[in-house]
Amino acid sequence: MSAPSTLLNETAGGAGRDLNAQALRADARRESLRLLALLAPSLFLVFAIIIVPIGWLFWLSLYDENGALSASNYGRFFEQASYIKTFITTFKVAFIVTGACVLLGYPLAYMLSQLPRRAASICLIFVILPFWTSVLVRTYAWLVILQRKGLINSWLIDLGVISQPLSLANNLSGVVIGMTHILLPFLVLPLYASMKTIDTDCLRAGMNLGAGPVATFRQIFFPLSLPGLASGVVIVFVLCLGFFVTPALMGGGKVIMWAMRMEQTTSLYSNWGAGAALGVVLLVVTLALLGLFQWLLGARATGVWSSR
Amino acid sequence: MSGDIGLPISHRQRLWLYALGGLVLLFLIAPSVIIVIMSFSDSTLLQFPPQQWSLRWYETYFGSLEWRDATIVSVKVAVMTVLVATPLGTTAAYAINRGTLRFNGSINALLTASLIIPVILIGIGTFFLYARIGLNNTLTGLVIAHTVQALPLVVLTVLSGLRSYDMNQERVARSLGAGRVAAFWQVTMPQIRFSIVSGGLFAFITSFDEVVVSLFISGGETTTLTRRMFNALRDQIDPTIAAISTCLIVLSVLLLSVAQVFGRRH
Repeated sequence: MSAPSTLLNETAGGAGRDLNAQALRADARRESLRLLALLAPSLFLVFAIIIVPIGWLFWLSLYDENGALSASNYGRFFEQASYIKTFITTFKVAFIVTGACVLLGYPLAYMLSQLPRRAASICLIFVILPFWTSVLVRTYAWLVILQRKGLINSWLIDLGVISQPLSLANNLSGVVIGMTHILLPFLVLPLYASMKTIDTDCLRAGMNLGAGPVATFRQIFFPLSLPGLASGVVIVFVLCLGFFVTPALMGGGKVIMWAMRMEQTTSLYSNWGAGAALGVVLLVVTLALLGLFQWLLGARATGVWSSR
Repeated sequence: MSGDIGLPISHRQRLWLYALGGLVLLFLIAPSVIIVIMSFSDSTLLQFPPQQWSLRWYETYFGSLEWRDATIVSVKVAVMTVLVATPLGTTAAYAINRGTLRFNGSINALLTASLIIPVILIGIGTFFLYARIGLNNTLTGLVIAHTVQALPLVVLTVLSGLRSYDMNQERVARSLGAGRVAAFWQVTMPQIRFSIVSGGLFAFITSFDEVVVSLFISGGETTTLTRRMFNALRDQIDPTIAAISTCLIVLSVLLLSVAQVFGRRH
């Protein structure tokens, strides 16, 4: 490698040094080529399966039904009420689910971060196992629990709390409950990881200076946990925007979200231009949110996958 | 005193926190537990706890040709995805870990892009591309699409293994006369093999549980298990799916345990 060559470099002078520098450059180039060769198959696959089709869809979205260049595929988002309704529904669900994930996930992550190591790792299994269980399985479970003749309704009727079954599935509440359950680990895992890095000396110092438990939490722990919370919030929100399975199965056809709209437009109506335009806007919004987050905090929200 | 944290807050003062956290954990795990229990019910009605026990839904699952074929397709695709994604992801992680390439950051971002790009867009895009090149409804097409989705997980897992490995060991081997391949195979590989195995397991789960892309690009002879489940759930709630779900949960638990055991030895 380079170490012996540098030694040579110091003992040889003038012309030798140039020769040496050249050889080193050539060596570095060869090394880069080798590394590129290692990366090439993966890069090719990602390029062929992700970049090319998305570029193609973007191209399609610029043309109308008659094959003329136009912005009509995008214009209809502002004109047709059904599209506007889809966007409103999507953002409404995304805000509610993200809020629910924060309300449920923050206390859980906080508890996990305060527990002794062993207890915390046992509790973490309960977070990681659902994370790796099929989205379909979990959606099915919520269908069983929430539907008209489902567990919650039959229990409540047996207990005499209600006489008519509540409509929990096949509407907005079903979608929200199912999605909250599926996305909660995406908030808890990065939040927990960041809470673990908070220096307990800071907390001890605060208590030493006379702050009570509440003040210590509010003035020291909570502000320090905000970056972790923010990355969890961003990732959950972004995943909500493009979520397909749960709203498709639990929305009862009434809750049409962005991804479902894309599927309907392309598969059902074969309107590729419109579907592609929806996809392009979804991608732009997703990347903009992630980019904004990265710019504000200088961290990557995708860390959740490595904080498992 | 709360043990290893050492703050003057007693566990008793924290009771409300433990109660709240426990409830959230229950919320996370209860659906899976309920499905596992209900899969052994004898009734077509959804009763919990079940009045009578039986294995009839498992018999329906294993007895049905449609479900069995779909399961075989999913297993085949998942195994092939592991065989393709693991070596590709490992070599890519190795190259990224060197950090000497000029566009290292961009390469890393590109390889992990499928984690943040909305999966519905990947599904529609892949379908559109495959329609042109005739890969829809083929095993090859499924394996390629799943490999792209599994790659980031392999890359990230192997990268984290490589970060805790001292690359100088490989340099020593090379200076002692080992070739590149031999140095990697005999010195580096044995020390990161647990990360590689974990990456492979994650690739398996990713492929086996993948729904959205498979909905678009699989069908007919190559209908995956998840696609068939999705369509079945659209029609009605069939208790057979509880049995299938239980099998999927058990599979996840098994693979995660293996990954965990490997992780600990590492």
